[in-house]
Amino acid sequence: MAEKKDNKSSNGIWIFLGLVLALFVVITFIYPNKMEPILLMFKNLMLQILPILVLVYIIMLLTNYFVNNDKLKKYMGEDAGIKGWMISIVSGVLSVGPIYMWYPLMKDLQTKGVKNKFLITFLYNRGIKLQWLPMLIFYFGLKYSLTLLIVMAVMSIPLGIIADKLITKTK
Amino acid sequence: MDKINKTRFISANKKTATGILGMLPIILGVILLVSIINVIIPASLYQTIFTGNIFFDAFKGATIGSVLTGNPVTGYILADAFVKSGINMIAITAFLVSWVTVGVVQLPAESLALGKKFAFYRNLTAFLMSIVVAIITTLILNYI
Repeated sequence: MAEKKDNKSSNGIWIFLGLVLALFVVITFIYPNKMEPILLMFKNLMLQILPILVLVYIIMLLTNYFVNNDKLKKYMGEDAGIKGWMISIVSGVLSVGPIYMWYPLMKDLQTKGVKNKFLITFLYNRGIKLQWLPMLIFYFGLKYSLTLLIVMAVMSIPLGIIADKLITKTK
Repeated sequence: MDKINKTRFISANKKTATGILGMLPIILGVILLVSIINVIIPASLYQTIFTGNIFFDAFKGATIGSVLTGNPVTGYILADAFVKSGINMIAITAFLVSWVTVGVVQLPAESLALGKKFAFYRNLTAFLMSIVVAIITTLILNYI
């Protein structure tokens, strides 16, 4: 059953890539002049994410080597409490790179028993980009930037609870 | 310090490599999709969408931020252009927050990685939360 689900998911992954490639072919057929800027942006994004992919690999490797499922469940499982929220918020804020770079790690943690509410809170706090904070302050000022980031961090907790409840309720 | 357990290290490495390689088609697909959208849709298009109604504009801001994707700095630059066009701060904040927390473009990839329900409800609640965060932030700023 699980194998069947994995195969289905694996097929879906390739179908997704195939559809995006087909879209690229169609777009460049309609607008041939857009092909070069699209490929250039693709190359630049790839170069940006490669170091992050290495970082994700290292984190996953360390998690797989050092952290056993029981420990993970204790800190980010059902009864993790305040510790779970703090870990989700802080690690989310400190994480770098685009969201999709973190899918492999999130999937890994999900299968190890980490609760969805903590994963959702982590993913929401990824929106708080510390490395881009100077740019945010440059455009919108210190007061606005800090207020926004604090509100986001605080609201990530009810968001995690609500989203988790909705996911569980519809299962 | 304990010595590294070679067998455990190799096993952890294999597990990690399998996880990353399994996700690689998703990552490549999303990057290509992001590149296509950023090149095809001109930035000037967004400014024509807002009408001046605070609540509709907040909803529209959150929608645009959710549908589009890109580097956070691109979002800041667009938001700055919105400020200069006189668009209200609730709409701009909803746009900024959803830009970095909601990903309609990544939704298929997120569904494949973490499950359909997870992806759908995470994005839906993050979308609604971007409007709530925008209202709270603007209210706080008006009082301090």
